Amino acid sequence: NAPLSLIFRLVLFPNSAEYPDLRKHNNCMASHLTPAVYAKLCDKTTPNGYTLDLAIQTGVDNPGHPFIKTVGMVAGDEESYEVFADIFNPVIKERHNGYDPCNMKHPTDLDSSKIRGGQFDEKYVLSSRVRTGRSIRGLSLPPACTRAERREVERVVIDALAGLKGDLTGKYYSLTLMTEQEQQQLIDDHFLFDKPVSPLLTCAGMARDWPDARGIWHNNEKTFLVWVNEEDHTRVISMEKGGNMRRVFERFCKGLQEVERLIQEKGWEFMWNERLGYILTCPSNLGTGLRAGVHVTLPRLSKDPRFPKILDNLRLQKRGTGGVDTAAVGNTFDISNLDRLGQSEVQLVQTVIDGVNYLIECEKKLERGQDIKIPAPISQFK
Amino acid sequence: MLQRIINDSRTRQEFPDLSQHNNHMAKVLTLEMYANLRDKQTPSGFTVDDVIQTGVDNPGHPFIMTVGCVAGDEETYEVFKDLLDPVIEDRHGGYKPTDKHKTDLNPDNLQGGDDLDPNYVLSSRVRTGRSIRGFCLPPHCSRGERRAIEGLSVEALGALDGDLKGKYYALKDMTEEEQQQLIDDHFLFDKPVSPLLLASGMARDWPDARGIWHNDNKTFLVWVNEEDHLRVISMQKGGNMKEVFNRFCTGLTKIEELFKEKGHEFMWNEHLGYVLTCPSNLGTGMRGGVHVKLPNLSKHEKFGEILKRLRLQKRGTGGVDTAAVGGVFDISNADRLGFSEVELVQMVVDGVKLLVEMEKHLEAGQSIDDLMPEQK
Repeated sequence: NAPLSLIFRLVLFPNSAEYPDLRKHNNCMASHLTPAVYAKLCDKTTPNGYTLDLAIQTGVDNPGHPFIKTVGMVAGDEESYEVFADIFNPVIKERHNGYDPCNMKHPTDLDSSKIRGGQFDEKYVLSSRVRTGRSIRGLSLPPACTRAERREVERVVIDALAGLKGDLTGKYYSLTLMTEQEQQQLIDDHFLFDKPVSPLLTCAGMARDWPDARGIWHNNEKTFLVWVNEEDHTRVISMEKGGNMRRVFERFCKGLQEVERLIQEKGWEFMWNERLGYILTCPSNLGTGLRAGVHVTLPRLSKDPRFPKILDNLRLQKRGTGGVDTAAVGNTFDISNLDRLGQSEVQLVQTVIDGVNYLIECEKKLERGQDIKIPAPISQFK
Repeated sequence: MLQRIINDSRTRQEFPDLSQHNNHMAKVLTLEMYANLRDKQTPSGFTVDDVIQTGVDNPGHPFIMTVGCVAGDEETYEVFKDLLDPVIEDRHGGYKPTDKHKTDLNPDNLQGGDDLDPNYVLSSRVRTGRSIRGFCLPPHCSRGERRAIEGLSVEALGALDGDLKGKYYALKDMTEEEQQQLIDDHFLFDKPVSPLLLASGMARDWPDARGIWHNDNKTFLVWVNEEDHLRVISMQKGGNMKEVFNRFCTGLTKIEELFKEKGHEFMWNEHLGYVLTCPSNLGTGMRGGVHVKLPNLSKHEKFGEILKRLRLQKRGTGGVDTAAVGGVFDISNADRLGFSEVELVQMVVDGVKLLVEMEKHLEAGQSIDDLMPEQK
């Protein structure tokens, strides 16, 4: 049942007239959206009425950067990844370093007892953090959801979070209702998120109706945090000062599994399938949607010309301590896993643990005047 | 009955939270109105949620009342009249759903206007917009439609001759030199940054099918696919508003003829006049004004009152939402709908003449009390 607007357009304008001008563009969508693929998909819609034009709008509006290749498209609902598979699959494959959604399966593993080690030397590691996202099956994603759907997401999620106990007991702060003091406290804790300003996000329609049905939940101990209706239905973050990544991941898994159990009691579930893992708005966050990382001080290693290659081979990435697209301050870096899809949560966190330990060893060697070695590249798909 | 209860509940769930909002849409939209409009669509699929999105996303300012809604096509004003009629009435000084709007683009009907004192009046300008019937408006148009609008417009403008002969510069094809020249001439428009415009989807696919046309004399300028299909501007330095308005009317009439030759017409009806994207620009869609030096008058306590009585508004010389620089103000007609083009430019011409006279009085240390105008 194509929406009226599509029928109207099809009558008047052939799809060649609609094909976007992507000559100046450098994003994954632009690399793979040929006129043939566009023609094939442009008159399809998901059951909710999401179209190809909607999915690619952000990539059309944001040509990209010669050095940073963005994804350039989003999903409006779970079915987007199926209905528009002909464009999503090659984009996913490029973005996820060769993971082929056509013939590979994604492993999910939230059994934190499998982790080996995971307590870092706190002379170097200042903080540890694991984040992911979860979407509520049956409700549209942030680019496409109506106000009612967004409010339903909020209701379902905060209802479940209210059922968390013990060290996970916490409280929800709605963006529309929070007091000035609460807002200031959340800012001081670095928990508050604000209306997106990045055109990558605003062009996808994610900021509509702000701040309606958006909010922040965190436990009393401030080690487990959930963002509601920001870039995804939920973003889930476990963190602590110091180097106890093991405990951070344990809490992460426990919290996620508890929330899942609680929503299932009410008849809801997370969007997930064995081809793509957990379904999130941006294709870059499929699979585990997991970024596990540390803030680590590496004054000598970071100046060594081999640093990028070492990170590469360990399948790690560096960012500044403000997060994505920020620069490092002093010698402290945000180091996290490169991959999201094709490996499980346990595998990725283990990769970060082993990798960061290696980096710390390198730093110590350089302190002692010893030489370091570039490690052999670790295999990507296990 | 059960269906009604379910629908009511769904409507409530969808109804936007407008408790922090101060715009025309928020003042007018009730739950009941939303319930009635929620199931409607225009033939091209524009919905009430599309109409109001910009007003939901931009709560507004305690002092400045924005409109808070846009049209996605000509039919929006019909299908959603329950919402748009009261918005129009509020915004356009009590204009009723049954009122008729007069269009008059005969420049001979303007009296005077060629003698505004150039020591005070630095420049004169008249602008309006036009929409091509049958195409969706900028918040809703597809790339194909936008390109078709560009194609038709460039073709029509290409046929202009005499002092209107000119050239089109597509935003995505212009050279660096052309871009710099357009910036120096103050002709170049850029991707909108105002959240009022972005939230309504007008900046999609930028800069595809956007461009600037101007005549060789640089006195007649057309923007293609910015905030409306076409924005048409006639301007020149100095105070000869009559000449500016002449060119404005001649140019618009010629462009309309050229479109008609190709089987296209402008969106217009006798109730709303020319139909444009924002309800604030209905009717004439016209803003006729001058940049005028009023350093003394602008500090007078009655300045605001005088402007109000003359049905004029002031802006800074950067345009809407800018501040005046060096005592120079942009003074233009406050109305758009319910008065003809000639009537509005007449108000500007007569009003500015009076303002300049008042300025001269104040310069000479004289009072302006007996120059105070009646409410127009």
